[in-house]
Amino acid sequence: MCGIAGLIHKGKSSNVGGEMTAMLQALKHRGPDSTGYAVYGEPTEGDYVLRLKVAEAEDMAKGRGIHQVLADRIAEVEAIMQEHGVTVKTKENATEYALRYLISHDGDTTALAEHIEETDGVEILSLGNGLELIKDLGDASDVAGLYGLNEFNGTHGIGHTRMATESDVDIRSAHPYWAFPYNDVSVVHNGQITNYWIMRRQMERKGHRFMSNCDSELLAVYTANNLANGVTLEQSLRNSIEEIDGVFTYLVATKDQLGMAKDTMAAKPLVLYESDDLIAMASEEVAIRAILPQEIDTYDPYDEEVRVWQA
Amino acid sequence: MASLSDTELKQMSQEERVTALGMRTEALTGKSLYIEFDPDAEERFTYPWAPEVDYNKRTELDTDEMTTTEVNSKIRALMAEGYGTIVLKNPRGKHSLGVGILSRLNLIIEGSLGYFGVGLIDGPNVRINGRVGWSCGENMMAGTIVIEKNAGSTFGAAIRGGDLVCRGSVGSRTGIDQKGGTILVGGDTGALSGFMMQRGRMVVCGNAGKNLGDSMYDGTIFVGGKIQSLGVDAIEAELTDLDRDWLTAKLTQYGMMPDKGVDHFTKIVAGKQLWNYDNLEPNEKKIIL
Repeated sequence: MCGIAGLIHKGKSSNVGGEMTAMLQALKHRGPDSTGYAVYGEPTEGDYVLRLKVAEAEDMAKGRGIHQVLADRIAEVEAIMQEHGVTVKTKENATEYALRYLISHDGDTTALAEHIEETDGVEILSLGNGLELIKDLGDASDVAGLYGLNEFNGTHGIGHTRMATESDVDIRSAHPYWAFPYNDVSVVHNGQITNYWIMRRQMERKGHRFMSNCDSELLAVYTANNLANGVTLEQSLRNSIEEIDGVFTYLVATKDQLGMAKDTMAAKPLVLYESDDLIAMASEEVAIRAILPQEIDTYDPYDEEVRVWQA
Repeated sequence: MASLSDTELKQMSQEERVTALGMRTEALTGKSLYIEFDPDAEERFTYPWAPEVDYNKRTELDTDEMTTTEVNSKIRALMAEGYGTIVLKNPRGKHSLGVGILSRLNLIIEGSLGYFGVGLIDGPNVRINGRVGWSCGENMMAGTIVIEKNAGSTFGAAIRGGDLVCRGSVGSRTGIDQKGGTILVGGDTGALSGFMMQRGRMVVCGNAGKNLGDSMYDGTIFVGGKIQSLGVDAIEAELTDLDRDWLTAKLTQYGMMPDKGVDHFTKIVAGKQLWNYDNLEPNEKKIIL
């Protein structure tokens, strides 16, 4: 089933971490397997936030030797960063397998990302000026507590609660997906994509990488491919309704935009609230009510509807 | 059923009643869920175990800190105490509120509901001053539901009777599998509305999305605005004087009469070319039609 949520504050920052946690926790019944956030703080011009994982959560139960394996992987990643002339300003780790680096880098971030992912077991979750992408097993309350998200301030964000159907319960199959290698672009999805393998092979032939077998990852890669070809976010969302088969509602966030697209059957839910300073959307109204308890007007977007909002 | 009196049924718990009515002895060849009313019994408009309620006896319930199960249980307990008007406050998008009410009741909901709101009802009059999520009024058998704001998709799925009214716009697949009753929409409706409709009437004052009335068996759809496209086997029919009278009466009843009257409504019915009725045996026709 899965639940998705998004919110964007116009022209101001707010506690989007806490708001997203309240929304996702209200959607827990749609999927308690894993929870993910893509929240956008104030852009750190010139600096990048790099979030990566060096193992799956389940790997931690694979004996005492795993700790040395992780230490070796982290050392290798840091050596690669040094090789690319990266200056590490801060380093944090909420868990032994999930790390956050604030880095300064003048070079090609795509080359850096591709080189880091050559390290066995390492996956970059996000890279960008404002994006912080966090995902782990458990509900929103668990993940927010573990990663200290309830105090995160920013302009916008998207989130996901997952009920695993087509792939495993693990972090690599959890949402959101970063649109590798495009800085600050992330995707959450509710639905099933029926031409996944055809589209995946097309994308792979164009040189895009897939880290999981989750059909939702295709939307991130598809968006990345469109952006690489100069297609705007809005046009990419519109094109997807023609080119992607299946039932889907998905959200895409960039450094300063939030977009949504709904398939041709409107088979997957989305409830939308719009005001002058806040737009909030979720699979169910109960999530919006978690942050806006007062009486408000909401509506369901129709089939093939595409919207993009500016922060 | 016929061997049990109303008094006996009324005194039973729900569990005992289910067993006594044969619902625990379902056999593949039987229809154990079917309640046979005794033709010799007095005319009955409600279930024998339905509580006697007084519309003038009114109470309010703040649902903010309650779960759906607690709210629905409390509604039943209040009805057992004779309350005929119950106001639910602060529902905040909770799912499945007010479902399965099989008796007379004025249920007033001050706020918005989530999924499956007031579904499976048989008799109550429901007023909702907010919005409702997916599948509001699903499978309702009798009564009225009036929603002041918008509604989500599958609005009034499989309703069999009663009036389901939304003054705002509704989502996709409105009245899917509708088997009777009336659905009134003040605004627009989305794609595939009236899909596999079997009986009843649907009125949309605004526009309708694509594939309207797709694969409908029977029933009538009236649309005041534009129709994006008709579905398979849905055809336009002539608006008769009877239709005009009915539309005028129904829309006036709920204060939704358009300024320009009802002459502009387009009437959609089943072409009846999709389903090959003629190949059915007479006894099969009886079941399907």
